[in-house]
Amino acid sequence: MIKASIVIIGGGISGLSTAYNLAKAGMKDIYVIDKGYFTNGATGRCGAGVRQQWGTKLNCILARKSIEFFGRANEELSYHKDIEFKQEGYLILATTEDEDRQFRKNVELQNSLGIPTKKLTVEEALKIVPHLNPKSFISATFCNTDGHVNPFLMSEAYYFAARRLGVNFHFYEEVKEIIVEAGIIKKVISNKNEYLTNKVVNAAGGYAKEVGDMAGVEIPVFSENHEILVTEPTKAMQGPMVMSFSKNIYCQQVPHGSFLMGRSNPDALPSHDISSSWQFLDEMAKTVSDILPEVAKLRVIRTWGGSYNVSPDRQPIISDTSQLKGFYMACGFSGHGFMFAPITGELLTEIILEKELDDYAHDLHIDRFKENIITDYEHSVV
Amino acid sequence: MNKKDIIICRCEDVSLADIHECLEAGYTTFEDLKRILRVGMGPCQGQTCSHLVQAEIAKYLNLNKEDVKFQKTRPLITGVVLEDIAKQARGEDDDQS
Ligand SMILES: Cc1cc2nc3c(=O)[nH]c(=O)nc-3n(C[C@H](O)[C@H](O)[C@H](O)COP(=O)(O)OP(=O)(O)OC[C@H]3O[C@@H](n4cnc5c(N)ncnc54)[C@H](O)[C@@H]3O)c2cc1C
Repeated sequence: MIKASIVIIGGGISGLSTAYNLAKAGMKDIYVIDKGYFTNGATGRCGAGVRQQWGTKLNCILARKSIEFFGRANEELSYHKDIEFKQEGYLILATTEDEDRQFRKNVELQNSLGIPTKKLTVEEALKIVPHLNPKSFISATFCNTDGHVNPFLMSEAYYFAARRLGVNFHFYEEVKEIIVEAGIIKKVISNKNEYLTNKVVNAAGGYAKEVGDMAGVEIPVFSENHEILVTEPTKAMQGPMVMSFSKNIYCQQVPHGSFLMGRSNPDALPSHDISSSWQFLDEMAKTVSDILPEVAKLRVIRTWGGSYNVSPDRQPIISDTSQLKGFYMACGFSGHGFMFAPITGELLTEIILEKELDDYAHDLHIDRFKENIITDYEHSVV
Repeated sequence: MNKKDIIICRCEDVSLADIHECLEAGYTTFEDLKRILRVGMGPCQGQTCSHLVQAEIAKYLNLNKEDVKFQKTRPLITGVVLEDIAKQARGEDDDQS
């Protein structure tokens, strides 16, 4: 039996960031339990893009604050390597008049929140990414402080910093049960240990719903397979992430030289499937050869899949819950939880330590779904 | 020979010294090493280095080599040009007779 002041279920980027922030605030006896290898969940499978060009105010704020952190992460976490934060922007293509109109509104919103996005013509966009097919889009938006962070190394930076602050990590250990008695969490039981605790953080990514169920907490999220591929490395040829919601593609060259690109499958059903399909490869190849014909000359060397954990309004849930005292969650990131991780850990720590929250952060509460009142909806997603 | 000069993964330029450092840091499975070092992530997808890495993990953990798991094999078997896949998918592949 292990005595823990808190058990964090899931050692992906959300669990890591939360563990680090809690330890930094002085909490002792923190245990992070993960059923698999390092970054086996969505974190180690993601597209590694970090952007602030969002369609909802909430997502914009979360992203901006997180980008600020990435800029100082190596230093703050005393990381002996480099998280590979590359700020060469996101270029988001509008391909229809509707999208162009929507992007005008998005840019206005982003600018009002201090995000330096610009609306560009086709000619201006071509100056930034000359190999774009000019016929494939009608306008674009560009934010030069968006970019890339290496998910493995960002995770490792948090992991090492948290370990130095005394956080205990148990990988290859699966949480099976959460024992609740008279409305109070008593124990967390895994396949290897039992933890005496009355606080639990659900940072289980694609399995957040199941972990909620273990404690009798209902969380309105589901998981969906998203596939992605990587090419052979080549010379530096594309600074920004190129993205189109209407054409269903994101594509970025990472500092290592390879290109990462992905798309969503409009027919995907809720499931824990994370397999690869030839259909993805066909569709991805067609889209990239339309928009970025030069990139399509590269060889794809590997494909894989991972879970998006999706919430009803495509914005994250970072909160406690009236359903159970001592139960906290960070889930439902809907495909963009890597870039939000710094602020996720900070906010959840404030919630756990019962600090006063900034106003905007109340909108991340799970209760927003209680009466099906969805106030905002994020459309800017692939 | 200096461990830094012994190359284990040619595609991603990973040396024996890198592998040993990571083992010491607590990453003791192929999947862990792969994510930190990129070993096995290059164009050959681990066809050259897998056995070498497996042997190093076995030595470090005092296990038999056959008890150390390989990394997951993912598609594709070999690199393929995206444009060629696109052409075939659009039914434009002239070479098909
Ligand atoms: C293909 C793809 C591309 C993406 N691209 C981007 C992108 O470009 N930018 C971005 O910001 N986001 C992106 N995302 C989303 C991002 O990856 C996730 O939102 C983020 O990684 C979530 O982190 P997490 O820590 O919450 O979950 P995860 O990384 O999934 O971690 C959850 C962990 O919980 C563990 N776990 C689950 N159940 C149990 C249990 N019972 N016991 C013990 N452990 C358990 C799992 O093993 C796992 O390690 C992408 C996702 C995918 C799949």
